[in-house]
Amino acid sequence: MPRKVDYDLCMSCGGCVGVCPFLALTLEHGIKLIVDEEKCTDCGSCTKFCPVGAIKEA
Amino acid sequence: MKDAYDVVVVGAGPGGSNTAKAAAENGLDVLLLEKRPEIGAPKRCGEGFSVNGAKTLGIKPDPRWTINEIWGANIVAPNGKRVSVRYDNQVGWVIERKMFDKLLAIEAARAGAEVLAKSEVVGLIMQDGFVKGVEVERHGERFSVEAKIVVAADGVESKVARWAGINSTQKLVDIDSAYQYEMVVDLEEPDMLDLYFGNDIAPRGYVWVFPKGKDIANVGIGIGGNVSTKTAKQYLDEWIAKHEPFNEGRIIEVNAGGVPVGAPLEKLVGNGLMIVGDAAHQVNAIHGGGVFEASFAGQIAGRVAAEAIEKGDVSEAALMKYDKEWRAARGEILHRIYKLRRAIEQLSDADLNYLAEELTGEDVVAFANGERLAKLAKILMKRPHLIKAAKELM
Ligand SMILES: Cc1cc2nc3c(=O)[nH]c(=O)nc-3n(C[C@H](O)[C@H](O)[C@H](O)COP(=O)(O)OP(=O)(O)OC[C@H]3O[C@@H](n4cnc5c(N)ncnc54)[C@H](O)[C@@H]3O)c2cc1C
Repeated sequence: MPRKVDYDLCMSCGGCVGVCPFLALTLEHGIKLIVDEEKCTDCGSCTKFCPVGAIKEA
Repeated sequence: MKDAYDVVVVGAGPGGSNTAKAAAENGLDVLLLEKRPEIGAPKRCGEGFSVNGAKTLGIKPDPRWTINEIWGANIVAPNGKRVSVRYDNQVGWVIERKMFDKLLAIEAARAGAEVLAKSEVVGLIMQDGFVKGVEVERHGERFSVEAKIVVAADGVESKVARWAGINSTQKLVDIDSAYQYEMVVDLEEPDMLDLYFGNDIAPRGYVWVFPKGKDIANVGIGIGGNVSTKTAKQYLDEWIAKHEPFNEGRIIEVNAGGVPVGAPLEKLVGNGLMIVGDAAHQVNAIHGGGVFEASFAGQIAGRVAAEAIEKGDVSEAALMKYDKEWRAARGEILHRIYKLRRAIEQLSDADLNYLAEELTGEDVVAFANGERLAKLAKILMKRPHLIKAAKELM
């Protein structure tokens, strides 16, 4: 199952985008974090990195 | 806007704007693209910037961003022991990044570069192993722009280099997870940076108080990306709750971000491609400063791009001149600082308290710049369990 973004928490900082080994994340227009469900392998790197705990297991 | 340029620079942070400006000044046709609607905002930065850095870059201090002078630093050990250094001259500023970044982009524009905000690069045009341009999305419209050279200055979230096949993924052990409040709070020493260390306070990192005036400060934290006990926000909130007057601070802005604190990429170029700044992991791995590093690299990259295009050769081999020049100036020192970071992160709180007894404030500042490491190694050597860490430094 791909990871899910909690938009109430996400700060749009983009750090997770650089961490994702599968290029599954995009910070669209620098504002909205999108998970590409086809590419996400649920590895959890983004969740570990996130400074505010905004990326969760589905 | 045209459909072909000499150089397309992706990202209008300090790295991208300095690259665009240098390339334009050297006669190139340049397009600088920034996906965010507002350049420099929201900031992802503690905003510390050194006087020496500005001098080296030839950036003229402008009162619109030099908002607070810094004369020294207090480094606080886990047991509360303070190691301080106050210099005889001003050593830095806490700057207004929003203004700083915007003015750099304005300078790039004045030098002749085309600048376009809210324009996102969503893919690369590749041909015969060369980067030949970018795919852009702007206000729901999608189009391609050709370029002889594409510069990946797209920051910590960089994808441009990875699309071109260079693995620049930020490893969790080599990125810091950061969180920060800009707050209104009464400060005791508004001309000093405060840094708090400790494995319970900020594992693999530190808490900082960077004053932006007598009653304004960035109060932030960086912790290791592989630390999974608590989030950066939780660590910072706990620290603030225990520390007056910050627990009474009035929060005017909240920031987050990732800081690449690994070693710089082994190769900064490809065919038709140059990588600059956070995207290339060009950051001081000890203090996490990257504004100077990105700007410095960008100035070299812009100039080398012009030389390569004039000679009609944008192959990886030709662009290696940027890699070599940059490495000669900054590569070795950033590697040394990276090794120091790896050594320091093995230290327990007892070790850090011990160091606070043995070191002066000047020493700590020197270490953060990759200097006096032999002295540090010698002090570490005195404790048998730190001999391994000391050897890694040498
Ligand atoms: C919390 C925190 C505190 C820090 N404190 C300090 C400090 O005190 N001093 C210091 O010197 N450094 C500090 N840093 C580091 C510093 O902020 C960075 O090193 C610096 O911004 C790097 O500059 P850059 O130009 O490489 O990247 P950025 O400044 O990140 O610029 C990259 C730009 O590219 C844009 N972009 C990304 N992808 C695309 C795309 N596909 N299309 C178009 N545009 C795109 C982004 O929106 C962004 O504007 C800190 C970092 C953090 C996170």
